[in-house]
Amino acid sequence: MSATIDTPGPALTAAGASLPSRPGLRARRRRNLQILRITVLVLLGAFFLVPLLSTFEFSIRGIGDAPRTFEAWGRIPSDATLRSAIIDSLLLAVLTSVVALALMVPTMIWVRLRLQSISRVVEFLCLLPLTIPAIVLVVGLVPVYAWVHYLAGTDSILTLFLAYVVLVLPYVYRALDTGLSAIDVRTLSEAARSLGASWFDVMVKVVVPNMASAVLNAALLCVAIVMGEFTIASLYNYVNLQVAIQQLGLSDASLSMAASLSALLFAFVLLLLLSFVGRRRDRRGKA
Amino acid sequence: MLYVGIFLIIPTLVVVVAAFLDGANRPTLANVRELGESYIAKTFWNSFWVSALSAVIGAVFGALLAYVLATGNPHGTFRQAVTSACGVLAQFGGVTLAFAFIATVGPAGLITTWLIANAGVDPFGSSLFELRGLILVYSYFEIPLMVLVFLPALDGIRPQWREATESLGGTTWDYWRSVAVPILTPPFLGALLLLFANAFSAYATAAALITQGAPIAPLQIRTAFTSEVLLGRENIGKALAFGMILVVAVVMILNSLLQKRSSRWLR
Repeated sequence: MSATIDTPGPALTAAGASLPSRPGLRARRRRNLQILRITVLVLLGAFFLVPLLSTFEFSIRGIGDAPRTFEAWGRIPSDATLRSAIIDSLLLAVLTSVVALALMVPTMIWVRLRLQSISRVVEFLCLLPLTIPAIVLVVGLVPVYAWVHYLAGTDSILTLFLAYVVLVLPYVYRALDTGLSAIDVRTLSEAARSLGASWFDVMVKVVVPNMASAVLNAALLCVAIVMGEFTIASLYNYVNLQVAIQQLGLSDASLSMAASLSALLFAFVLLLLLSFVGRRRDRRGKA
Repeated sequence: MLYVGIFLIIPTLVVVVAAFLDGANRPTLANVRELGESYIAKTFWNSFWVSALSAVIGAVFGALLAYVLATGNPHGTFRQAVTSACGVLAQFGGVTLAFAFIATVGPAGLITTWLIANAGVDPFGSSLFELRGLILVYSYFEIPLMVLVFLPALDGIRPQWREATESLGGTTWDYWRSVAVPILTPPFLGALLLLFANAFSAYATAAALITQGAPIAPLQIRTAFTSEVLLGRENIGKALAFGMILVVAVVMILNSLLQKRSSRWLR
C-alpha cells in the first residue's frame, strides 16, 4: 500500500497547458485532487496495515517482560494439533480443487459447445453459493451429511470437501469462464474432431491445454478458499487449520497469532502467483 | 448439475421446508412465528444495522479509494498493486481478521497498550467484542470489496462527458451534480446492497470475536445449532436460516433491478 503514488503524467500537464483560457482552474483542480489522493491513501493505508503489523508484533511478544522472540514462529511445525490441522486442510484443498475442476471443466466446455441454451441456468446455479450464506448451508446440509457418513461409512474430516466444492463453485466458474471466452472452443474442437479425436481427447488434449492458466487460476483460488474456511468445519466440530488457530487463541496467544499470520501470508503468496499467471496470459493475448 | 442439486439445492430446500415443520414433521407456523419473538427480532435488528453501517462505511471509503485509483494511471503498477491487495483483503475474514484486531485494539493490543502507557487512557475497553467493534472489523473487508465492485463503474465514466460539460460552460460542481452523480448512483446503491448482503451473511469473523452470547443472527443460528435440542424447538435454527435467506434474497433482487438501470449508461 505504501508504493509510490503515480503523479499525473506529462500528457495531463500538456492537456492542461493547451487550454490557456483557464490555466489556474486546471492547476488548482489538479492540486486539490493530489491532496485528496494522498490523504485517502495515507488514512486507508494505515487502517489496513496497522492490524497486520500488530498481529506480527503480538506474535513476537515475549511472555511477561521477556524480550521479543521468534520462538512462537518456530513452534508452528512442531505443535501436534496445528500440524495435523495443516495437513488435513492441505488434503482438503487438493481434494476440493481436483473434484471441482473434474466436475466443472467438462460441464462448461460441453455447455459452450452443445448446450448454449442452458448456459444462463448454469451460470445462475454456479453463482448461487455467493448469495447463500455459509451458515445457512451448515443448517441445511445436516441431513445430507447424515447420508454421506452413512454411505461412506466414515465421518472423517475429509468428507468436508463435498461441501467445499459448492463453496468454490462461483470462483471456479468465473476463472474457467474467462479462460474459455479467450479461446475459440468451437473451432478447436471441430478441428480436432475432424482429425479423428474422441470427445475425451478433445477435452484433455486440445481444449484444456489451451486454457491451462485458467485451470491453474481456478485451482489456486480453491486452495486459498479451503485454507481459509472456518464456518462449516467449526460447526460440524472438525478441526481444520482455521479452527485449530482459533482454539490455540485460547491457550497460546503468540503461537496462534504467528500461525494466523502465516496462513494469511500463504494465501497472499497464492493470490500473488495467481496475478502473475493472469498477467502472463494478458501479454500473450496482446501479442 | 446433479452435484449442485445435492449439495446446494437440497440444503436450501431442507431449510425452507423444515422451517415450517415441528419436531414430529407436522406442518406448523410456530417456528416462523418464533422469528417475531423479541429476542430473535432483536438479533435480526442488530444484524441489520451492523451490516447497514459497515456497508455504508465500506461504500464511502471504498468509493473514495476507487476514485483515487480511477483518476490515476490506469496501467500503473500502483493501481495493479492496490487492486490485487483489495482482492486478497476482500476475502480476508474469519479468525485471522478477528485476531488482527484483537492484537491492535483488544485489551492487550498494540494501540491499546501504547495509549495506556503514553496517554493513560483506555478508549476501547471491551468495545471490540461488542457490536460497535464488529462494524469496525467488518469495514476491513467491506472497503476492499467496494473498490473491486465500484472501480469498473468509475472506469466507465468517459472524460468526454466532463469536457462536454466544460464546453457548455459548466463548473466542476455542475459536472458532479448533473452528470457524474446521477450516472454513478445506481451502481453505487447496487454495490451498497452487495456489501450489506456480504456483512449480513458473514459468520466466521463474528464467531471468532464473540464467543459468548449471540447478538447477531448468524450467531443465533450457532446457538440453535450447537445447543441441546429442546422439545418442539428443533427447527428454530432452520427458521432463523430461512429468515436470513429471505433477507439476502430481497437484497439480491433489488440489486439486480438496480443493475438493469445502471447498464443504461455504463457498460
